[in-house]
Amino acid sequence: MADIAISTEGLTHYFGSFKAIDNLDLSIPAKTIYGFLGPNGCGKSTAMRLITGLLTPTSGKIHVLGMDIPEQAEALRLRIGYMTQKFSLYDDLSVIENLRFISQIYNLDSRTSKQRIDEQLTSYGLNERSTRLAGSLSGGQRQRLALACATLHKPELLVLDEPTSAVDPENRRDFWEKLFDLCDQGTTILVSTHYMDEAERCHGIAILESGIKRADGSPAQLMKDLGAQVVEINGDNLRQLKQTLIADADIISAAQQGTHLRVLIKENIDDPKAWLQQKFSDAMQGRELSLVRPSLEDVFVHSTGEGRQ
Amino acid sequence: MMQNSSSNIRQSLQRIYAIVIKELRQLSRDKPTFGMIVMIPFIELLLFGFAINTNIRHLPVALVDQSQSEIARTLTADLTATQVVNFVKTYQTPLQGAAAITRGEVRATLIVPKDVAQRLNDGRPVAQWVIDGSDTVVGNAILILKNMPLTSLNPNIQTNPNISQSTFEMTLLYNPERRSAINIVPGLIGIILTMTMVLFTSAALVRERERGNLELLITTPIKPMELMVGKIVPYVFVGLLQMFIIVGLGHLIFNVPVNGGMVQLLLATLLFISASLTLGMLISTVAKTQLQAMQLTVFILIPSILLSGFMFPYEGMPVLAQWIAEALPVTHFIRLTRGIVLRAAQLADLWSDLLWLACFTLIGLLVAAKRFKKRLD
Repeated sequence: MADIAISTEGLTHYFGSFKAIDNLDLSIPAKTIYGFLGPNGCGKSTAMRLITGLLTPTSGKIHVLGMDIPEQAEALRLRIGYMTQKFSLYDDLSVIENLRFISQIYNLDSRTSKQRIDEQLTSYGLNERSTRLAGSLSGGQRQRLALACATLHKPELLVLDEPTSAVDPENRRDFWEKLFDLCDQGTTILVSTHYMDEAERCHGIAILESGIKRADGSPAQLMKDLGAQVVEINGDNLRQLKQTLIADADIISAAQQGTHLRVLIKENIDDPKAWLQQKFSDAMQGRELSLVRPSLEDVFVHSTGEGRQ
Repeated sequence: MMQNSSSNIRQSLQRIYAIVIKELRQLSRDKPTFGMIVMIPFIELLLFGFAINTNIRHLPVALVDQSQSEIARTLTADLTATQVVNFVKTYQTPLQGAAAITRGEVRATLIVPKDVAQRLNDGRPVAQWVIDGSDTVVGNAILILKNMPLTSLNPNIQTNPNISQSTFEMTLLYNPERRSAINIVPGLIGIILTMTMVLFTSAALVRERERGNLELLITTPIKPMELMVGKIVPYVFVGLLQMFIIVGLGHLIFNVPVNGGMVQLLLATLLFISASLTLGMLISTVAKTQLQAMQLTVFILIPSILLSGFMFPYEGMPVLAQWIAEALPVTHFIRLTRGIVLRAAQLADLWSDLLWLACFTLIGLLVAAKRFKKRLD
């Protein structure tokens, strides 16, 4: 059990009468990157705030790094780094001033502080901008600064709430490289996202919907265990075709992706291509069908579909 | 062409209308602001309408009776009957009476000499008023008594046209030329500091919350009290700088003397700055937006100007207004500065006001730190 960084049991949280987190059980291994995947308002941020002790749960148990939360939340603060969804450093302080501020708040002694700040500036490519005001940085630079500040005191656990929502794809890739570096150095990382490609990079993910955990596991395992088959269909009038197909009980979903339609078909259909051509012979006229590997998005659509209707 | 311009106007009006409606919607959703729009004129009109009274009554004064005569008793009874003064203390010597004025306990001392009976017969002034001249309004109120007819003591006086002497000899302490700047400048230190200090800190926490910085701060090991103290300390220096500017300019331009010790003034100002910053901090834990913090500051500022004794004497206000005044740090500070700057009072003489400011700061900080939770729920 020593290798479990975060565990929750029956974690439930209400905002008034609104149930934001519903009976959430988590077991997150140490030194891995674990992702919360879900649409806006699914409870990702609330779950993170509960885990870091910023919110008091209505019921349920939380253990983080061997401590009971929220009772030991103050002690936990020294051992975690937290990056908020909105940039929360000081716009009117320079890059290096922000870093110094954080290092003093965490009581780093002046030698360690100087050394760590130099390391972070180099490692996050902020050397040339160290005297620029944080408010004048680009989205990607700000995010690097925020991560540099959150990891300045070498936390054992890093909590990142939608860290890349305001960042372009290239910066996002660099950002994830950094996360893997940190993970290799032994940091446990909890990250929330609504990007599939980001979720796919995590060692483990939980798919959340309306505060309920719909799926939990490694992305590869989840894709393998999808319990559905994916067929891509090309051709014209895909919007119309989609309407026809989703009316069928054996078809879980259909989504247009550029020139083709991606159709999720229930597992119990033996040969989905043949089944489609037979059942919708008119609509399939002149179209190409191909069976493809399930993606995480398919997993997401499949596991969250039930709640929507 | 005509049509074009009239349609331009119509479009312009529509856009103005859109802004107007949006502003009204936002205003009506900001409940505290909406409340203050109604409450500020309501409360302040009632409060100040009743509280501000330039017709001063019942000024606290002391009696030094060296004659121990029936005349002295009749004299004080007559004076009390005018309702201008109220004898609250009795002293043996004129020196003790003057000391009470310095301490700010009384506004004036009536000295009845041994030969009061002889003086009454001669038609000379029967007694002497020693008046605290630092507040010109108070001073003037007592000066009116100078020619009070002594009808109950000597009915002949009124009918005897030869006697045109005044009843009392008047001695003004501290501000013999009765210049109002002497009284205004020390009070201004209090008002200006209230304005800037409360405003600085009232916006402090709210600004961090609005900009999102607070969400980061609460995830760090910083403790609420550390945050409060850290936010207050820099503004203490700002406040001291302002004090030096006001005292320095007051001295150079308006010739306001600094009779008391500079160290004493510094100490009193330090305490007052801390109390005002704490008050701002308390506002900051209540207000949700910077706009609300501003309004609450104004809500504190207006009574600070009108009820603190800065513009109108404390003695002229009804009891309720005096209670409100007592709750404001600036009332205590104005007593302190006027005492130190004008009457050369020692801090030891004014200990109750000092103690009040110190307690206000400590309790205020504790309450603010308690109200500030490192939680989001």
